[in-house]
Amino acid sequence: MTALLTIIVLVFILIAIWQMVKIFDLAQAKNENTTAGVATDKDNTLNGYLMMGFLAFIYIITIVSFVKWGDLPLMSNSASEHGPTIDNLMVISMVIIFIVQTITQFLLHYFAYKYKGEKGKKALFFADNNKLEAIWTIIPVIVLAGLIIYGLSTWINIMGVDESDDPLVVELYAQQFNWKARYAGADNTLGKANVRLIDIDRANILGLDESDPNAQDDVITTELHLPVGRPVLFKMRSQDVLHSAYMPHFRAQMNCVPGMITQFGFTPTVTTADMRQTPQMVEKVLNINNIRVENSKKLIAKGEDALERYEFDYLLLCNKICGKSHYNMQMKIVVETQEEYDAWIAEQKEFKNSLVN
Amino acid sequence: MSAHADNHAHDDDHGHHHKETFVTKYIFSQDHKMIAKQYLVTGTIMGVIGVLMSMMFRLQIAWPEEPNVLFEALLGKWAPDGVMDADIYLALVTIHGTIMVFFVLTAGLSGTFSNLLIPLQIGARDMASGFLNMVSYWLFFVSCIIMVSSLFVEAGPAAAGWTIYPPLSALPMAQGGSGMGMTLWLVSMAIFIASSLLGSLNYVVTVINLRTKGMSMTRLPLTIWAFFVTAIIGIISFPVLLSAALLLIMDRSFGTSFFLSDIFIQGEVLHYQGGSPVLFEHLFWFLGHPEVYIVILPAMGLVSEIMASNSRKPIFGYRAMIASILAIAFLSTIVWGHHMFVSGMNPFLGSVFTFTTLLIAIPSAVKAFNWITTLWKGNLQMNPAMLFSIGFVSTFITGGLTGIILGDSALDINVHDTYFVVAHFHLVMGISALYGMFAGIYHWFPKMFGRMLNKNLGYIHFWITAVCAYGVFFPMHFIGMAGLPRRYYTNSNFPLFDDLANVNVVITIFALVGGVVQIVYLYNFFVSIFFGKKATQNPWKSTTLEWTTPVEHIHGNWPGEIPHVFRWAYDYSKPGHDVDFVPQNIPLKEGEEELQH
Repeated sequence: MTALLTIIVLVFILIAIWQMVKIFDLAQAKNENTTAGVATDKDNTLNGYLMMGFLAFIYIITIVSFVKWGDLPLMSNSASEHGPTIDNLMVISMVIIFIVQTITQFLLHYFAYKYKGEKGKKALFFADNNKLEAIWTIIPVIVLAGLIIYGLSTWINIMGVDESDDPLVVELYAQQFNWKARYAGADNTLGKANVRLIDIDRANILGLDESDPNAQDDVITTELHLPVGRPVLFKMRSQDVLHSAYMPHFRAQMNCVPGMITQFGFTPTVTTADMRQTPQMVEKVLNINNIRVENSKKLIAKGEDALERYEFDYLLLCNKICGKSHYNMQMKIVVETQEEYDAWIAEQKEFKNSLVN
Repeated sequence: MSAHADNHAHDDDHGHHHKETFVTKYIFSQDHKMIAKQYLVTGTIMGVIGVLMSMMFRLQIAWPEEPNVLFEALLGKWAPDGVMDADIYLALVTIHGTIMVFFVLTAGLSGTFSNLLIPLQIGARDMASGFLNMVSYWLFFVSCIIMVSSLFVEAGPAAAGWTIYPPLSALPMAQGGSGMGMTLWLVSMAIFIASSLLGSLNYVVTVINLRTKGMSMTRLPLTIWAFFVTAIIGIISFPVLLSAALLLIMDRSFGTSFFLSDIFIQGEVLHYQGGSPVLFEHLFWFLGHPEVYIVILPAMGLVSEIMASNSRKPIFGYRAMIASILAIAFLSTIVWGHHMFVSGMNPFLGSVFTFTTLLIAIPSAVKAFNWITTLWKGNLQMNPAMLFSIGFVSTFITGGLTGIILGDSALDINVHDTYFVVAHFHLVMGISALYGMFAGIYHWFPKMFGRMLNKNLGYIHFWITAVCAYGVFFPMHFIGMAGLPRRYYTNSNFPLFDDLANVNVVITIFALVGGVVQIVYLYNFFVSIFFGKKATQNPWKSTTLEWTTPVEHIHGNWPGEIPHVFRWAYDYSKPGHDVDFVPQNIPLKEGEEELQH
């Protein structure tokens, strides 16, 4: 039935196009004696104006996008020490892009309008100008040199891990389709581990080396808690396929690769509680909850449960396609004061006590 | 050129030397013009499949997990009660990417126009090897059949993303699509690469050896330069993907460990030891990045040619255009690591790749400015091909500019694999290359089929497509900057992204309109082949040699001798001539200076 309907609709569309063509042909038959299918002066004029209209459309969609979606908290509310440097570089790049985009699109579409063809007009034979070409080679060179230098210094600062800061070492462990965190315990050294040592029966789910003294006090959790202001060094592992540990609020991302350990370090600067209080976040959460209330109404009408109220939390998302439930591979991140963190970690079971004999 | 083709044309002005059967003329043809048309039609069919897929997953993204009759009709068991399954969502994304990048924008674009234009524009009777050319097309056809047949596999087609990173793509237990579906994907791609290599070798040899008298390299139209350099990049980089595919097949089927190590999945430890998925990423992107230039360079060539012809002006900075093609081609082979900034490779390598990547902006900027200057003080003939060319420059700039964010390793950390990337590459290589292809089709349709496309349908096609392309991909940057990852079946598990749902609805509506309006084009294309208005020999008043051949196709292209070339391809509106174009085969007037820039 559906197939039949689809075919009927298609046939109607085709007939409509055919009729449209006939109307065009009739409308043009009188004044068109040139080669069929080639643009006439009338076409040139019309399309020239449309080019200006299209330029306006590009500008409008740019402005609307920036006004409506340009100030998402994720772009300006970074919660890590290096976050503002990335945001700063992002803003500079965006400003450059915005300027170049506005000017070049204007020239392109304005020329298309201004120099639209007319019968008998002759174009300017203008094939080359070394000075002009030198100018628009050198300007990008200078701008890009600046961006490259700024970008690389930012990159090196972020990726260089300073061990002398005594970072908190945490392992992020990925598997289809969830995350685990492993804290190094009092010795701040992660015990050795390999997926070959996984023993589900003994609840050694991350494959820690039970004979390694460093592993004894490791703590495995399903939530990531971080003390504010202390550098964290993440060591990433995956047991099955590629995953990517993406923590957008902290401007942090690194792939988790089976067979090797990758790393990424940052210092969280805003606690979850403080982030919830920022005006931007309050507004965002309010907006999201309004949307959720609307959606709930529809769900209730269908006899389903309403959506829960949303409260902001930092998140770790999987950002590398990893299989069927990739879209729901997440872990909550809680940034808290040192005291809160200490209390929380003290409640967790150490590895040596978590094994089943 | 083969002696056969030469004799042939001399013997017989009508081009019917020996009896051609239906099979040798339309199916196993060795004539480059027929092969070009075969590529175009096959590419179009694949394109329809690819676009349909994108419309289905856009519906799912905008209205997640809502039943849809379209899903029920097209996806069958993958959409129980009309609700799309998460596995098939990933499969649709994967196959859409594969089909559009390789089958439409590589084979459909390069295959069509390299085959059509190289012999015609350099003044050759045919490709250096007509037989290899035919084999190339039929290998492509076979790879299409295998790719499409993979859609009907019991456990589903390949679904690991078009980049098929192992271990996901290597382990059938990791994902349904990594079983038979992935095997067929790999076999199809291996055959595709063989086809592409045969084609590329043919193009390179033809351009080097078969240029007519007077056709020096610096008199070549920019189309030929673009096809020539594209073919060289293809020859350099495609074999690396072939080796990656072969090694992956070994890992999958013969127990080797090139890309796999230390894997525990579904309760058991696998035997793999010592391989690295990062190695696969290097091999894949060593092709994967040049691939985007394999896609975009031919489009650039077509657009340069069409812009000059329709502006009635020489292309501005001909030599700078060639230099920038060469610079882009060179740089394209040393930037692949920018896809891997957060893959776990050494951050120092990331710095190197940031540097080389941002350098590409320089030749790209030169090209964009040269196109804009070509329009300046022209006498612009707004044919549909010209509109698509202007559209190309517009989307190329919009999409290209965000490349300076993604190419910057520090910034890539936060937008890597989000919708920002999707927006960027769709504008800069997807839409742009598609525009280049449409421009080429509108411009050379009379050469291919001897009839004209309906220009008014062309205008409708362009303007609606142009608005929709921006409507789809411009807002997409912003949901990416908000941190929304790509390849999520639904975002409803993240209340954090609830405020982006309405943006996704807007995007999908534009995508649906943009997709449906392609029916206008398809109608125009297929109806005009048979019922279009008859074309004249040189409808656009162009200077290049293909317009000196008769409208009716003949074997060997020119009935008499091959024309000799006396000037470059861009003598439009040259002072001292009555008409505003001087074809390449017209000798210089007495005292006329040959201007070459």
